[in-house]
Amino acid sequence: MSETILVVVEQRAGKLNRVSWETITAGQAIATATGWPLEAAVVGASPAPIAAEVAAKKLAKVYAVGSPKLDPYTPDAFAAALKQFLASRQPKLVLMPHTYQVRDFVPKLATAMGRTVISDCVGFKHENGKLVFTRQMFQGKLAADVSFTGDAPWFATFQNGSFRGDKAEAGASAAPVETVAADIADNINRTKPQEVFKEAKQAVDLTQAEIIVAVGRGIKEQKNIEIAKQLADALGADLAASRPICDNGWLPMDRQIGSSGQTVAPKLYLALGISGAIQHIVGMKGARTIIAVNKDSEAPIFEIADYAIVGNLFDIVPPLTEEVKKAKAGG
Amino acid sequence: MKILVCMKQVPQKDAPLKLNETGAWIREDVSYEVNEPDAFALEEALRQKEKHGGEVVAITSGPARAQQVLREALAKGADRAIHLEDNAFVGLDAFNTAKAFAAAIKDEKFDLIFTGLQSDDYGYAQTGVILAELLGWPHATIIMQIEKNDAGIRVKRELEAGYFQFVDMPLPAVLTIQSGINKLRYATLVGIKQAKNKPLRKVPMAEVQSAIGENLQKIERLYVPQKTKKTEHIEGPPAEIAKKLVDKLRNELRVL
Repeated sequence: MSETILVVVEQRAGKLNRVSWETITAGQAIATATGWPLEAAVVGASPAPIAAEVAAKKLAKVYAVGSPKLDPYTPDAFAAALKQFLASRQPKLVLMPHTYQVRDFVPKLATAMGRTVISDCVGFKHENGKLVFTRQMFQGKLAADVSFTGDAPWFATFQNGSFRGDKAEAGASAAPVETVAADIADNINRTKPQEVFKEAKQAVDLTQAEIIVAVGRGIKEQKNIEIAKQLADALGADLAASRPICDNGWLPMDRQIGSSGQTVAPKLYLALGISGAIQHIVGMKGARTIIAVNKDSEAPIFEIADYAIVGNLFDIVPPLTEEVKKAKAGG
Repeated sequence: MKILVCMKQVPQKDAPLKLNETGAWIREDVSYEVNEPDAFALEEALRQKEKHGGEVVAITSGPARAQQVLREALAKGADRAIHLEDNAFVGLDAFNTAKAFAAAIKDEKFDLIFTGLQSDDYGYAQTGVILAELLGWPHATIIMQIEKNDAGIRVKRELEAGYFQFVDMPLPAVLTIQSGINKLRYATLVGIKQAKNKPLRKVPMAEVQSAIGENLQKIERLYVPQKTKKTEHIEGPPAEIAKKLVDKLRNELRVL
């Protein structure tokens, strides 16, 4: 078996999902550490344009794995196409971004090949010739270094934002592109996907917000949202929330920050009673400054906070609101 | 419809975690709770049963303490439960856990299997999809709505950044359920009483041992993540914290 690394990039509606650049950066870093050559694959109905785009990066080769049956996406067709392709190329390591689509098919693909996936990784280490992948556990409270103990191909997926997509190194010349026809059986799809849609026009665009006050479970009850709202008003900030708050209907879904909501990068992000589960962090870690208030000193939000206040938000926030008002009034 | 709900017991969200002597797992003397997405999966199964009739069965794996998850499920309305009881189940990777579940239900005929979309401890987000593949069933992930129709079911998948998609699929199928798909119910006193008389089948490791193999991945070590950011702690009585913070907001961050 050749020891190559293969990055499977993701496309949506004929466009490269930008998060794929991060996976290529990760692949390049692992290639440098191990000395294994790095290749990439695009899987889809018409993969050629994306393959050409990807080939500009420093890669040994790019495969355009195509079949009209790959549009629209289904887990059955994608797993079948990739299983066939991987069986023929036998890479050592297969990397993908940890997107909702990858989560949908990669456990199936690996299982069909009798292999495993180390999912949602945030980094890797190459220690004495052994490759280990770092992933968050217990909602980010602990990290784990995880190794493969079975046969290749090894599958790993990387969490959004773990590597810098803009650091993906360009190649001296375009990498060669090989076209591969995926042979997919006619009746393979058991699920029938309908059109992708957006629920309603998003009423609130938090992506442009300068200051965001966000509440999490620590707010305890719907009526307490008012405490956060008063602080937001005093600061001239937008109010946002972690998923459980929106699930409870305490704030509308369009104020949700995180992987299933909006991704924001304000000047200031004030996290009130938010523990900092991975799904939330991916939506706000780009904030320039993060202030976190949480009663649990071990809450993962403190890992990324610039200012940490360990305490009860019900004690901390009202005097803070008053102090902000005074400062604004007094100039 | 006959629905199996895969549930997991995980450490409570704010439980302080300490490493055990192996350095590769936590000390297990902490408080536990039902993995949150699994609670939504159970609720959805109960609602489907209320609409269409049938049976709801809850399954879990883990040591004796994990039975609490099943007791809660039975109290909320599940008809029976299956407990793969052994401490060794805790250390299985997702592939082996799915294999053990598949072996434990080999004589059953379910229409649907629900899992939460991921667990709050490992966070693999894989076991449900693997189970579908092992059983040869179709699956759909991160589900926010389920409607039964003549041909099977129509489910609503959550995609990223506020997008959704309906998917039609036949039964039997495996669905991984997203938190917030419904509103959770509380167990009633009557329910808690009745739960004591509902069947709970214990499956020892020996019964499924032949179905599982060596783990294909291994936790080498577990540790508190290295901080990438310098964090300044602001301490004192609340009034003082407020003053210090406003000073930062004005003079360092310049947002006031």
